[in-house]
Amino acid sequence: MTQTDTQIMQGDPHIRVNDVTLAYGNYVVMKDISFSIRRGEIFVVMGGSGCGKSTLMKIMLGLMPPVKGDVFYNGVNFWESSQNRRNKILENVGILYQKGALWSSMTLAENVALPLEEHTNLSTAQIREIVSFKLSLVGLTGFEEFYPSELSGGMIKRAALGRAMALDPDILFFDEPSAGLDPVSARVLDDLILELRESLQTTVVVISHDLESIFAIADNSIFLDLETRTMTATGNPRALLSKSRDTNVCSFLTRGKPCS
Amino acid sequence: MSIPEIIQQPPGTISFSTPAKNTLLIELSGFWEIGGKSPSAKEVQDRIDADSTISRIIFDSGRLLSWDSTLLTFLIRIIDICSTSGISVERDGLPRGVQRLLTLACDNLDKKQVQLNVPAESFLARIGEGTLKIIISSAEMLDFIGEACSALFRLFMAKARFRGSDLALIIWECGVQALPIVSLISALVGIIVAFVGVVQLRIFGAEIYIANVVAIAMAREMGALMTAIIMMGRTGAAYAAQLGTMEVNEEIDAFKTLGISPMEFLVIPRIVALVLMMPLLCVYSDIVGILGGAVISIGMFDLPVNQYYDQTLNALSITHLSIGIIKSAVFAVLIAISGCFYGMHCGRSASAVGDAATSSVVTGIVLIVLADGIFAVITNAFRI
Ligand SMILES: Nc1ncnc2c1ncn2[C@@H]1O[C@H](COP(=O)(O)OP(=O)(O)OP(=O)(O)O)[C@@H](O)[C@H]1O
Ligand SMILES: [Mg+2]
Repeated sequence: MTQTDTQIMQGDPHIRVNDVTLAYGNYVVMKDISFSIRRGEIFVVMGGSGCGKSTLMKIMLGLMPPVKGDVFYNGVNFWESSQNRRNKILENVGILYQKGALWSSMTLAENVALPLEEHTNLSTAQIREIVSFKLSLVGLTGFEEFYPSELSGGMIKRAALGRAMALDPDILFFDEPSAGLDPVSARVLDDLILELRESLQTTVVVISHDLESIFAIADNSIFLDLETRTMTATGNPRALLSKSRDTNVCSFLTRGKPCS
Repeated sequence: MSIPEIIQQPPGTISFSTPAKNTLLIELSGFWEIGGKSPSAKEVQDRIDADSTISRIIFDSGRLLSWDSTLLTFLIRIIDICSTSGISVERDGLPRGVQRLLTLACDNLDKKQVQLNVPAESFLARIGEGTLKIIISSAEMLDFIGEACSALFRLFMAKARFRGSDLALIIWECGVQALPIVSLISALVGIIVAFVGVVQLRIFGAEIYIANVVAIAMAREMGALMTAIIMMGRTGAAYAAQLGTMEVNEEIDAFKTLGISPMEFLVIPRIVALVLMMPLLCVYSDIVGILGGAVISIGMFDLPVNQYYDQTLNALSITHLSIGIIKSAVFAVLIAISGCFYGMHCGRSASAVGDAATSSVVTGIVLIVLADGIFAVITNAFRI
């Protein structure tokens, strides 16, 4: 991001989603979704399995055009920009995919190094240093030369996290970061997310089912409701828990207990 | 459990009675288990149809000895039948476990009906849709080829990005590792051509011309065609499966969002590797085939070695050889394109990967044979 960009856009929300409809062919997954994410905010997308969270992420990342609606990054309309401009925007975005999506023909070190090789002019030695630093952040020191097929599911998830953070992006997207992690690693991950926000002012968009982690990290959130096929709540999850009257939101936040 | 015991299990049965007006009592008894005998919901349907006054169904399971999903599916059918004809079903008489599972299943069934509301399509609509699909997929293929061309162009402008180590690995896989199977098939083809040919030519006392037949057949046709078919099944299918798996695992998405074109990073090295390796394999196959033919002709039919050697050299012209080599380069492009195209357009499941591999091989072989035919027409027209 250039200096001028940052100055102009200071007033705009970092990411804004405006009236987006998600659909596969004729099958409408979610409609009328609108929300804004402020710079440096940890924003959680909640919702039951299959309600379209990953699909929403795909639309925000340029992998699938929305049938309706717009996505803005710093006030720039993402889907109306040229492919080059979109790639430029995405250079500042790190992504953890739901299944990890590590490149299977490359070792962990190569996986983390590729974004750096593509988008920076660092020397091989510098890249190697950054790679081992990122892998140590996610607790995978010593696994540099392993291939993804030689790792467990949770390790793949953590390595993919390391790759997402490789370029120290402005925005991080995490699709269910703690799924497949043990409670301690999940907790460490939450701390890492909070730390990234504190130290680098990273905006973090997290898709999550993990209530404990949601309450621990979220500044703001939306709830996508499977029944009505739209978003039914937005706000801090704690506030939602105490105030929301929507039964689906309540029961999600209380693991199905009837709400007060 | 011994066999007689199983036989002794009384099968599941139902019996009907009407304890009160408008009420049908269904008594369930015996063993309702998977693999055993049990009545179908049709009997109940018939009973309801026969007596239109029924508006309530109750159950008695006092003599029910054992149950599993068999009973549940039976009951769900009954509930279904009754809800369409407006009859109420009271579940009180059923065992508690059955009641609980029924509640769970019915809740979820109801939800599913809300979501899936796909109208049944008529035969003509399906034909139309199928045709559209073919047109769309051809358009996608053209789109893919166009994109590949522009990526190739960038490659020549030295702007395309892929890793040299990837290219080396792919070349190793589609070149060196293919040698054994290409050797085997080519030698066999040479042997077969020689065998069939010698027997026929002998009738005219012209056995020695088998050297020409084998040399020309291998160089012009069989070398290129056989390597192409082998490579389609071996490498083309592998490309489809590799890229398909990457699509399933979101790896391709990860490339795209990083601003790396999967076309440049994944497809171009595969096309380049095959275009470099296939002509070499083709020449290799020509040589092995001619040797195979020679072994049979000289070993089994006692043709003189010197003469055979001279005839072969006479017959082999640069024209024949280069036609084979040019063809194999074209086949290489077809193989790489059909393998990569189906891989990149793979669905999102494991079975989709299998489908992608199958479609790529079928399409690839059709394209290869078509191209070979076109070559035959062209070379014939120019008399080369
Ligand atoms: N490629 C596809 N084609 C058609 N429908 C799809 C496709 N991918 C997903 N869907 C449908 O879209 C809906 C949303 O899927 P999505 O993956 O976004 O859910 P999700 O909210 O991420 O769920 P989970 O929490 O289980 O990951 C699902 O109902 C799914 O059936
Ligand atoms: Mg998901």
